[in-house]
Amino acid sequence: MELWELSAWEIAEKVKAKEISAQEVLEAHLSRISEVEPAVCAFLSVLEAEARIAASRVDAKIAKGEDPGILAGVPCALKDNLNMKGTSCTCGSKMLEGYISPYTATAVARISEQGGVITGKTNMDEFAMGSSTERSAYMVTRNPWDVDRVPGGSSGGSGAAVASGMSALALGSDTGGSIRQPAAFTGVVGIKPTYGRVSRYGLVAFASSLDQIGPLARSVRDAALLLEAIAGFDPADPTSAERPVVPWSKRLGRPVKGLRAGVPKEFFGFGVTEGVRSAFSNALSHLADMGVIIEETSLPSLAYALDVYYVIAPAEASSNLGRFDGVRYGLSKRGKGYLDMYRETRGEGFGPEVRRRIMLGTFALSADQYEAYYLRAAKIRTLIRRDFERAFETYDVLLSPTTPTVAFKIGEESGDPMTRYLADVMTVSVNLAGIPALSVPCGFAEPSGEGGSGRELPCGLQIMGKRFDEETVLTAGYVVEPFIREEMEEKSARMRRNLILAKECEPVD
Amino acid sequence: MTERAYEMTIGLEVHVELLTRSKMFCRCSTRFGDPPNTNVCPVCLGFPGTLPTPNLEAVRLGVRAALGLGAKVNLHSGFDRKNYFYPDLTKGYQITQYRTPLAQDGFIEISEPRKKIRIRRIHLEEDTGKSIHAGDDITTAEYTLIDFNRSGVPLIEIVSEPDMNSPEEARQYLEKLQRTLRFAGVSDVKMEEGSMRVDCNISVRPKGSDIHGIPVEVKNLSSFRAVVKALSYEFERQVDALKAGESISRETRHWDEARERTHPMRTKESSDDYRYFPEPDLPPLILEEAFVEEVRDTMPRLPDEIAAHYTEKLGLTEYDAQVLTLDPNLSSFFDRCVEQGADPKMAANWIMGDVLGYMNRHSLTYEKIPVSPENLVETLGLIKSGAISGKIAKDVLVKVIETGKKPSVIVKEEGLTQMSDEGELLAVIEEVIAANPGPVQDVRNGKEKAIGFLVGQVMKATRGRANPAKVNIMLKEKILS
Repeated sequence: MELWELSAWEIAEKVKAKEISAQEVLEAHLSRISEVEPAVCAFLSVLEAEARIAASRVDAKIAKGEDPGILAGVPCALKDNLNMKGTSCTCGSKMLEGYISPYTATAVARISEQGGVITGKTNMDEFAMGSSTERSAYMVTRNPWDVDRVPGGSSGGSGAAVASGMSALALGSDTGGSIRQPAAFTGVVGIKPTYGRVSRYGLVAFASSLDQIGPLARSVRDAALLLEAIAGFDPADPTSAERPVVPWSKRLGRPVKGLRAGVPKEFFGFGVTEGVRSAFSNALSHLADMGVIIEETSLPSLAYALDVYYVIAPAEASSNLGRFDGVRYGLSKRGKGYLDMYRETRGEGFGPEVRRRIMLGTFALSADQYEAYYLRAAKIRTLIRRDFERAFETYDVLLSPTTPTVAFKIGEESGDPMTRYLADVMTVSVNLAGIPALSVPCGFAEPSGEGGSGRELPCGLQIMGKRFDEETVLTAGYVVEPFIREEMEEKSARMRRNLILAKECEPVD
Repeated sequence: MTERAYEMTIGLEVHVELLTRSKMFCRCSTRFGDPPNTNVCPVCLGFPGTLPTPNLEAVRLGVRAALGLGAKVNLHSGFDRKNYFYPDLTKGYQITQYRTPLAQDGFIEISEPRKKIRIRRIHLEEDTGKSIHAGDDITTAEYTLIDFNRSGVPLIEIVSEPDMNSPEEARQYLEKLQRTLRFAGVSDVKMEEGSMRVDCNISVRPKGSDIHGIPVEVKNLSSFRAVVKALSYEFERQVDALKAGESISRETRHWDEARERTHPMRTKESSDDYRYFPEPDLPPLILEEAFVEEVRDTMPRLPDEIAAHYTEKLGLTEYDAQVLTLDPNLSSFFDRCVEQGADPKMAANWIMGDVLGYMNRHSLTYEKIPVSPENLVETLGLIKSGAISGKIAKDVLVKVIETGKKPSVIVKEEGLTQMSDEGELLAVIEEVIAANPGPVQDVRNGKEKAIGFLVGQVMKATRGRANPAKVNIMLKEKILS
């Protein structure tokens, strides 16, 4: 077995036991990156020098007999909207081309404190707005399972890096599904923690009341380990919660017999494909076999979740992106006067999807429309939150597919934004309610309309839990993994071999 | 119709920088006058990914201001974003309180005419950076420099009801507001340093009309004098316009200090839609009743209370009490003099006359009262005991200030003790009589006034050390006997 194939917790154990060094682990991953990155295009920057320093520090700590932390020597990639001092942070946008961050995000600092080794910054849809990573201003990341397909988004680079073995762990950010959807598309585990569980300090804001940083990993245990490292109150983020951090990675494996799971029927009104539906049903029957009590339930307000999300998220984004004005950092264009400076800078720096959402949000917040849009959306958001609270009086977790479809082809996404936004239906309500949710691979399905092609792509099961009850969510996710373990191991081994043969990708024009 | 046929209604919006050591949402220093862009960090520069963390001391000072202005503190308030584009606004929005202010329904009482000016709201917000245009304004300047040291400095905005009807009332309101906040220790409230900034709203209508005039906002007022002049100018301008049958447009006008006139400001492209919405990066601001009570209990004494004490207990005049409560340093200086045994009226006269006079001549602020209460009290004691004359005391005080020596030391060193030896004095008087036969004859002829000239000559010859009353008596005796 190659070192890059090891799980994160195995790496940490072996490094701590001095079986392998952090530097060996890093070199194995760096060579894996040089091997497959040309075909996957997951990284906007690889931080070789910084990573080597970090790895040697971990080894030095171990040599001195100091505790290197729970992520000892584990390579971790960062979505490129997370700040790390002295490195670039493009957010997938021309607006921040060449920008060097002057400070480090709390979550990133915590990874380093726990011995994790930051290896690079991953590609993303511009300012996290998108579901395919095609909306990066720099390049299109490919899905390692089929390089003609998207890895999902917006944390597509992180999903692809983990799935392809270029990184054991990665951080993403999730505003409406941006961790869970790429996790599902690339066959990895992704967690959107409870709002407030992880400090947002240093995450470039898309929609402040919805954003959360979370882990992507190849197993539930690895994801739990990374969550353990980054979670906890941070005085630099007043919305972070003063809740004790649970040693989740050590609490897995508890029985699920008697666990009550609800399946909201509202999620199935939106074109869930046959393949996804069948993978989901299989997972449910496995869970039922293990003693999980599964019932159909209803959260009526979910019917409005997409509408609410597409008012609140653009509204907050329109304000959050106001700071990109060409005055202090990033792209700066000159014009005749200062208004020209804004027009030129923002017109050139932002891509079409970002501009669209800024316009939507600006409209929703304008004095004449505020009540009809933002205020109404905020009220319905409260109803959605209450619906979840009510459901959690009966159920320990709620289940759904993570996405209605498997990964689609590059360039296949609808040009009509309304159709595109529909694909977020399974995930956005979780952010509106602020609850935790996990996407865990639960099977494989052929893309619809391609029956018989034999090409199967991963599907994700979404497990939603009560606020701050990541523990139950992880416990449930952990028991799903064995259902498809053999199939996953066999298929992913083949996928990773095939990647070396894939042709190189080209930068976006 | 004459101008007297019109009346004006004035409302004031005052921004005051709070006396915190660090900024509203980061831990950068708020020090005024440091080199540009040295008290800055990623948070107050609005770098992507940063978040605000509220400064509890700013909240405390805001509550103290509110209580000092008789306002009701809202235990539940929150922050909102005010979105607009301007280069000195780092985040593209200002964090302020829009929906619910920190406090509301306060008042300030002015004395001429005696009336209450209501305060509608007091809210917390952050300051912007400071733009320095190489030209008149940002649209015509060749370039603009920005100092972000001010970005994020905590402010309170105090919005009055339109309860003032003359520039003089506005001036009194501002003076009282300034004084109250200074005594409360909320702000140093210096208009010249920008820690107090005033925007005026003025509307004009025919007297007795029940239709409200169109409010016009006037900005760029850098002193109380400017406020009075700008309001007077606007009143005349609007009256002239109304008389000419023109309508007043609702607009913001810029006070041109050099030309002493207002002119319309170029309207911003974004007009006035600030797209306010609740600040999602901050939880609601919830205060405990006990916190408000603690602020109330630790409130420094305010000028009205102190002035009442001066008039009622110490027997000062209303005017003296007002002057001594212009500034907390001044009134505490006076208090210490009284504590150390000075006669209150005498101390008040000397502080208001000689001490403030010296400070005016040397442009000293109240923070730098140049003499210690001990030395002033000692000087007054020397006068009372008859050791020196009041006239000599004036010079002694100046020397105390300039050398830092004790008054008794100066009096001794310079031989300034009052001449009380009659023999010594008599010799001088005889010399003066001999040298001035004309005036002496006048006195003999009953011209009482001539005695004053001779007293003066004696004082001159003794370098002021003679007791003038005594000289007067001795001269008369010598000449008329």
